[in-house]
Amino acid sequence: MRHTEAGVWILVGLVLAGLAIPWFLWGSATVVAGLPIWLWWHVGWMGLASLVFWLFAQRAWGVGIEPAGSDGDSSGGHGVGPESARETGPGGDGL
Amino acid sequence: MSAVALQLSIIVGYLLLALAVGLVAYRLTDRTAEDFYLASRTLGTVVLLFTTFATLLSAFTFFAGPNIAYAQGPEWILVMGLMDGIIFAILWYVIGYKQWLLGRQYGYVTLGEMLGDRFGSWWLRALMAGVSLLWLFPYVMLQQVGAGTALEALTEGAVPYAAGAGLITAFMILYVVVAGMRGIAWTDTLQGAFMLVTTWVAVLLVLAAVGGPGAATDALASNPDTGGFLSLGGDYYTVQWMLSTAITIGFGVAMFPQVNQRFFAAGSKTVLKRSFALWPVLCVLLFVPSFMLGAWAAGLEVAVPEGANVLPLVLAEYTPTWFAALVIAGAMAAMMSSSDSMLLSGSSYFTRDLFRPFLGFLGVVVSERLEDLIARVGVVLFATAAFVVSLFQPATLFDIGNAAFSGFAQLALPVLLALYWRRITRAGITAGVVVSQCFYILSLFFAVVPSAYAGWSAGLVGMGLGLVVTVAVSLATSPAAAERRAIYFDRFGAD
Repeated sequence: MRHTEAGVWILVGLVLAGLAIPWFLWGSATVVAGLPIWLWWHVGWMGLASLVFWLFAQRAWGVGIEPAGSDGDSSGGHGVGPESARETGPGGDGL
Repeated sequence: MSAVALQLSIIVGYLLLALAVGLVAYRLTDRTAEDFYLASRTLGTVVLLFTTFATLLSAFTFFAGPNIAYAQGPEWILVMGLMDGIIFAILWYVIGYKQWLLGRQYGYVTLGEMLGDRFGSWWLRALMAGVSLLWLFPYVMLQQVGAGTALEALTEGAVPYAAGAGLITAFMILYVVVAGMRGIAWTDTLQGAFMLVTTWVAVLLVLAAVGGPGAATDALASNPDTGGFLSLGGDYYTVQWMLSTAITIGFGVAMFPQVNQRFFAAGSKTVLKRSFALWPVLCVLLFVPSFMLGAWAAGLEVAVPEGANVLPLVLAEYTPTWFAALVIAGAMAAMMSSSDSMLLSGSSYFTRDLFRPFLGFLGVVVSERLEDLIARVGVVLFATAAFVVSLFQPATLFDIGNAAFSGFAQLALPVLLALYWRRITRAGITAGVVVSQCFYILSLFFAVVPSAYAGWSAGLVGMGLGLVVTVAVSLATSPAAAERRAIYFDRFGAD
């Protein structure tokens, strides 16, 4: 179901945005290895965000945008390399 | 060689390199507007990533970011990480990917063109272009002022402001007119990589000189003026301020013409996917070292005179002269690369969304070759006008330029609704754009409209207002006869 899938990803996006700043460490001045602990959280969180974005790009790219049953590359003529042609399976099988 | 001579030769060297790249790019161009503005929609992952990155962050990351961290503490890293690493990345997909698909299918080059086609309205197209230029033009002027002032400071007054800014403007015109999008994207790529490497070398050199991050952070903690910097939050960094800033700038960035237009320029879906996943990591790689340098400088009691930038002073104190010179030159070049892109996009909005419809109105038919020529003439006019205005240093334009990100943010939600909500009408989007723009501009210049609401910025409140007005008016009106909703939905994606 593309619809539920989109809902889940919206939730994931909100969580990623919501905790990029560690609100639960508000006021904390603990220093670990030369940097404030809240900065370490942020660095780790951004790494996680990249990983989640990569997963999204692999498994669910097109959700909420491409019409159902479309592979999304049907729209363009020129410039579509063999690489993108290879990976244009139905994007909706993620999750 | 003296530091000044070294800096100047590095800057001149960079300009010549950029020109060489531009000439190579020129040999590869088709003489069409699509190629000039979008490199014929062929940019690859690394080029798209770095051109967006360099365009977006360059001068700001080099100077303003460390200044804020120096004055207020390193929390600025979190604000920028959220705004650019997460919010902008999500918009990269939500706005960018849909725009890219629509652009390929219908050949759009500007945002106004895309919306004007959907809503069957030349004046909505002109409105989008007009609003964008209102914010972009003063912002370009600010870059010119910045570069001219920096050159004047660098040469200790030997090159006066008008000559410096004029020289840089002339070079930018030459470069953009010759190279177009392809050349700009290539030099941006060089520059983005250069920025990343020099920032890391800078932070390593400074930390080696002061005894490592532990010692630098201890200095920050034990200094009574900066002891509060390490605890998250404070008088300056309130929850409302951090969220308002991250959200308005994050959405504003996506509507900045030179960034928005890059959504149309990707070569393939794969390019968009890879850039999207790499974005948060790239942001952290640049923000953490450059802003921590600013924060550490405060603990190390590097004296920064009023109006000066902290980064060059830290480097002057802790790194070899040639290296500091290299970074300053890089920052100048970075300023120019942002301006290049803004110039190109600004002129495309002007010629395609304002001037060409006007020619059409007069019954003039424009051939591809002629349109390409108009595009290049547009660049000259736009840059010259911004330069001439900058000579008068108008205070109002400075205010507008500084508020440009929030100004652009006002466009984001109506555009998002247009892309995803079937019920939106022409009257709805027009009302949403006009009302939020008026509200935000009034909040800048008139006390009648406050600039903060319980700590939340007028920019954020304006976005909410635009959203409500767009939805309410759309629900109350029915689509105009000329609207073509189907092209964004039902007919979209079909061959």
